Amino acid sequence: MLLFIALIPLLGALLPLWAGGRRGRDVSVWTTAAVTAASLALLLWLSPVVFDGVVLQANWPWLPQLGLNFTFRLDGLALLFGLLITGIGLLVILYARYYLAERDDLGRFYALLLLFMGAMLGMVLADNLLLLLLFWELTSLSSFLLIGYWHSRADARQGARMALTVTAAGGLALLAGFLLLGHIAGSFELSTVLAAGETVKNHPGYPVMLMLILLGAFTKSAQFPFHFWLPHAMAAPTPVSAYLHSATMVKAGVFLLARLFPVLADTDLWFYLVGGTGLITLLFAAYAALFQHDLKGLLAYSTISHLGLITLLLGLSTPLAVVAGVFHIINHAVFKASLFMAAGIIDHETGCRDMRKLNGLFKYIPWTATLAMTAAAAMAGVPLLNGFLSKEMFFAQTVYQAAAGGEVHWLLPLLATVAGIFSVAYSARFIHDVFFNGEPINLPRLPHEPPPYLRAPVEVLVAICLLVGIAPAYTVGPLLAIAATSVVGGPLPPYSLAIWHGFNLPLLMSSLALIGGALMYWQRRRLFRLGDRYPPPDGKALFERGLNLGIAATRRLTEGLENGSLQRYLALLIGVALVAGVAGAWQGGELTGDQPLPPVDLLSLLAALLLVLTTGLTMLWHRQRLTAIILLGGVGLIVVLAFIRFSSPDLALTQLTVEVVTTVLLLLALRYLPSDALPESMPSRRLRDAGLAILAGIGVAALTWGGLTRPLQPELAEYFLATSLPGGGGANVVNVILVDFRGFDTLGEATVLVIAALGITALLTGGFPLPIRSSPRVVSIEERWPLLLRMGARPLLALTLLLAAYIFLRGHHLPGGGFIAGLMTALALATQYLAGDFRWTTAQLNLDYQRLMGGGLALIGFTGLVSALFGYPFLTSAFTHAHLPIFGDFEIASAMAFDLGVYLVVVGAVMRILLELGQANAEENGWKP
Amino acid sequence: MNHALILPILLPFLAGISLLFLKTSSMLTRRLSLMATVALVPLAVLLLILAGDGGYRVYLLGHWPAPFGIVLMLDRLSALLLLLTALVATPALWYAVATDGDRQGRYFHPLFQFQLMGLNGAFLTGDLFNLFVFFEILLMASYSLLLHGGGRERVRAGLHYVILNLTGSALFLIAIGTLYGLTGALNLAELAVRIAAAPESDAGLLRAAAVLLLVVFGLKAAVLPLYFWLPAAYAHTSAPVAALFALLTKVGVYAMIRVFTLAFGLEMNAWLLPLGLATLIAGGMGVLASRELRRLIAYSVIVSVGTLLTGIGLDTVAGLSAILVYLAHTTLITAGMFLLADLIVDQRGHTENWPAPPVAQLRLLSGLFFMGAIALAGLPPLSGFLGKTLLLQAASSTPALPWVWLIVLGSSLLVIVALSRMGSRLFWNMQDVATTAVPVSVRRWWPAAALLAAGPLLMILGQPLTDFATATARQLLSPSGYMAAVLATRDLTVLGASL
Repeated sequence: MLLFIALIPLLGALLPLWAGGRRGRDVSVWTTAAVTAASLALLLWLSPVVFDGVVLQANWPWLPQLGLNFTFRLDGLALLFGLLITGIGLLVILYARYYLAERDDLGRFYALLLLFMGAMLGMVLADNLLLLLLFWELTSLSSFLLIGYWHSRADARQGARMALTVTAAGGLALLAGFLLLGHIAGSFELSTVLAAGETVKNHPGYPVMLMLILLGAFTKSAQFPFHFWLPHAMAAPTPVSAYLHSATMVKAGVFLLARLFPVLADTDLWFYLVGGTGLITLLFAAYAALFQHDLKGLLAYSTISHLGLITLLLGLSTPLAVVAGVFHIINHAVFKASLFMAAGIIDHETGCRDMRKLNGLFKYIPWTATLAMTAAAAMAGVPLLNGFLSKEMFFAQTVYQAAAGGEVHWLLPLLATVAGIFSVAYSARFIHDVFFNGEPINLPRLPHEPPPYLRAPVEVLVAICLLVGIAPAYTVGPLLAIAATSVVGGPLPPYSLAIWHGFNLPLLMSSLALIGGALMYWQRRRLFRLGDRYPPPDGKALFERGLNLGIAATRRLTEGLENGSLQRYLALLIGVALVAGVAGAWQGGELTGDQPLPPVDLLSLLAALLLVLTTGLTMLWHRQRLTAIILLGGVGLIVVLAFIRFSSPDLALTQLTVEVVTTVLLLLALRYLPSDALPESMPSRRLRDAGLAILAGIGVAALTWGGLTRPLQPELAEYFLATSLPGGGGANVVNVILVDFRGFDTLGEATVLVIAALGITALLTGGFPLPIRSSPRVVSIEERWPLLLRMGARPLLALTLLLAAYIFLRGHHLPGGGFIAGLMTALALATQYLAGDFRWTTAQLNLDYQRLMGGGLALIGFTGLVSALFGYPFLTSAFTHAHLPIFGDFEIASAMAFDLGVYLVVVGAVMRILLELGQANAEENGWKP
Repeated sequence: MNHALILPILLPFLAGISLLFLKTSSMLTRRLSLMATVALVPLAVLLLILAGDGGYRVYLLGHWPAPFGIVLMLDRLSALLLLLTALVATPALWYAVATDGDRQGRYFHPLFQFQLMGLNGAFLTGDLFNLFVFFEILLMASYSLLLHGGGRERVRAGLHYVILNLTGSALFLIAIGTLYGLTGALNLAELAVRIAAAPESDAGLLRAAAVLLLVVFGLKAAVLPLYFWLPAAYAHTSAPVAALFALLTKVGVYAMIRVFTLAFGLEMNAWLLPLGLATLIAGGMGVLASRELRRLIAYSVIVSVGTLLTGIGLDTVAGLSAILVYLAHTTLITAGMFLLADLIVDQRGHTENWPAPPVAQLRLLSGLFFMGAIALAGLPPLSGFLGKTLLLQAASSTPALPWVWLIVLGSSLLVIVALSRMGSRLFWNMQDVATTAVPVSVRRWWPAAALLAAGPLLMILGQPLTDFATATARQLLSPSGYMAAVLATRDLTVLGASL
């Protein structure tokens, strides 16, 4: 049942959205009101048990590992807040219906309001710290949306963002604090945590934890120095200000202090932090309120000041201070909500909130004025009104502290009286400036009494002010008692709720405050001059400036880091690899292994020197692209020689064909590079790059050296050698590895080749930005296609294809295979294009290379699938021997099909890339596709 | 042997091949591509259930025993990532089709399928070199997808991506070569056994190879000083590709978890924790610095990588399980945000944060944005809160507590500030003109909504998810089961099946 109290508004939030729209204005009001009333009724229905002192609890496990569960508790404190939230909520809903204009989206407003209400109810009912936090953040988020409700106004947007930033920062601190608290107490369930007070207070983590939680509470309840967001939250529609920013949401912080009172309070640190912050906020905000010319601004600062008062009371930590604090929570909510609503009526009726212009409104709206003046009197602490009672209790507590705490603490009652004086002064200003003090000045329109529905909520609230103020014990007494009991966590000391306690110090303080306040208001012009000269610091400007500075700093840093220079990113990558590699290798072990090195022969040495020389020259001449590419080919050829030297003909063949194809491709790709020389880079940069390159080279050499000077780990090699023929049906172990042992890798690499071909095609046909050539080269047809090449190309094709077939067929047993054969075929075909007219060759060959490579890939895939049909894993090979009359004995192996697939993929993909690259060149030379 | 293991690789592979024979982006192509992608979802669920028993499934390709052939391995982590891949790919592809994004260039569908093949393969393989091959497949496909549609900015950012990743591939090969030279093994389980048994004199070189792998994976994952290719590339590519790429950085993270928990034991954590925290700071600042929505989301990818690395670096079951929960969250939400950003651009003209005409579907788009933003910022009650809070709790019993808490929470604040600014400017600060944008039908917005629905859903399903993540983390941190499962096949007697 408890769950539903919060759940009804949360789910009900969808209703007004659904019912919204112009036609459904009243529908959305009544659905919203009905939803709220349902929650309120549920609370009232459950309340008798709570008045008997029972704590209702309910729980459903949700995320036990995180410690977040749906556990709720309804005790006195929760009931009090629940009634405030739903009760005032109901009045605000009614009020907003008549306050908001026709063009305002009522559905959205009520949906957000219900969302907020549900979150708030969830928060006060939560019996789990993390659940409480969840709802806490939800109130911040819905508050953000409500402040920004009139989103076309810049101040609304700024105010919303500022409120969210401050409260969200507090929320994060609160999360950290709660995690610590849960860690210390051993559970996130409030019931357990509240019982663990002694453990928590004696834990070394207590101070940090307390400060984190207080950060959360103070930001939410707008305590100094985090108060500045609240006045700017007044950009929200007035119903929101009345509801969120005076009666309920800003009370979340003091609610939290009250909620965790048994486990956190009653230490020196608590006393000084909470009490001190409360006192400063009380004084500062009361002072600042006096200088506000905006009606809502005055009320906002007054709210901050009263929140400070409550915080101070909770900081004092005595049970009676708690009673006073809880009492003031109720009273403040009631009179401040009614004041905001009255201010809203004035704003609504006159279109103005500036107290320098709003004067003498009493004669236009006498009834509203009377209501507002009564509420303001309650705020000032005038007898017979509720504000007087809690303020008296507050004064009494300060006196009590002074009496108990020795000579230093006489400051406390003194400062309390000063705050009282300010509070009376700004209340007086609210009353006198607005309703009397001459005639209105330049108002957009003169006010009338508002429609009764707009005024009704104010009437109800003011009636409560009076009722409580006159007969506290009969009205609010029981509720206050159970709420305070659940805060203190034990029986309350005796106290009396009465207007008259005899002549005593608190009464004197009250009188002083009233007289002093009246005097201060009388002398207000001097004060305003003072205020103009020394204006209170503008928190918003500071905040905005700080934020903008912060953003500018992150921009500078981010743009400095991510500056768009590929050279720098590459240098970083290589540099990081270098540093990391060295740091890793440094941690122990040896570089050189114990494998003896073979003697160096002259030929190898020569090849090695040649390799170094060619590489060096490539680097030196890298600006002359053509030369560089040819030199790069030279590097590859020496690698081929190295492979031959170490008796691996397969690798040598592969490397050779790859080298040739790569060179051709690179030459074709030259078209896409600017022909003009690159600008010289700075000497310092060249030095850096050279250093990096040399060091990285040394690093790779060291790794290679380490591997080469260690004995081979022969297990894999021996297995492959032993199993290749009996298991894979091939004598060429390299080929069997490629098509069988690690055929899956080959499948993958074949796919890579196909993807590359597709990618290049897509890129080149998709509008790749070509560099602009200064002048097209004019070449004669003879120069383009040398005679010898033209004549030799066709016979060469036949020969090469034959050779490729041979290389392919013998591949499984002797050096060769599909990959090499494929590259050879591609080269032979490419020669045709190079040697002759592009168009003619295309027409003659008439090959669809896309289908060719697709077919090859499909063949590879199906070869693998066949084995799955026989129940073996994918790519399991099979082979058999067959006999044909003329050819004799030969072997049929599934690996052959696989290799054929590889062959087709290589031919198809390479040709596809060649043609795509070549086409642009051909087009430039006058060829049209 | 369960053939279901190879299906996540074969299905997109065969689909990709078939699409080569069809006309680019014809109806048939689209249908086939969508069907092949959607089919991955039930398949991944099946594999997840299979892996859920805590066992290991080994698939010997070519029927060669480990460590001689290549093996596929299915455990909880693989299954989780396969499912995430399927769940991101389906809406992303749908979105591409619904917006005709697939027709802005050639071969979108085959490339998409090959991309999925590469991702799934990387998550399934149990062989270091084969991992390299699948990295190549997914990178090669991603190069082309990134550039899909063309345009100068896209090509420029894509070029950086391509060149850096090619360099990364070279480093990867160097590391593999070194490891093979020292241990003679490529199979991950075998590699782990050999490394454990390696003589002390090899320790330095092995570590050097390990950190090189870390650099390579760090480049893919986009870790601090190696992430600079990411923001521009992700901000400029097409929306469905960016959504799919939300997964791509996770491949790097996956590879770190897989290789380092298995083969290098606890060696790497001293590096990962500070790296993760530094990346978090840089990412958080980048998010705040972003002037444009897609760039902001791209930087939030960096934030998530930093968070993930921090969790791995804690080197506890709690830390690892926290970030596995977070991984699921961040992948889905980021992908959804990329799609949403595209819808916003479409209706608003741009996502820079100065005033523009209002969007046509204010409630829908701003509602989705609000949801995504809450999740992205890690605020309750959505999924980001779950992973983040689990991570904070995991850190609470380690000496790194103050740093982890301060930086994780601090970067959250930066993200909140940035998102509240961005959101309020996108949806609240509008030019006072009537919108000319056309509202889009549910066909176009459901992919974003479905992905963003992960925000509440993962929270509701939080307990089963957390349980699964914890079981996964346990499994990962006791790798002996993995090794035993793979190397048990060594004794398998295999001979070529004679016909």
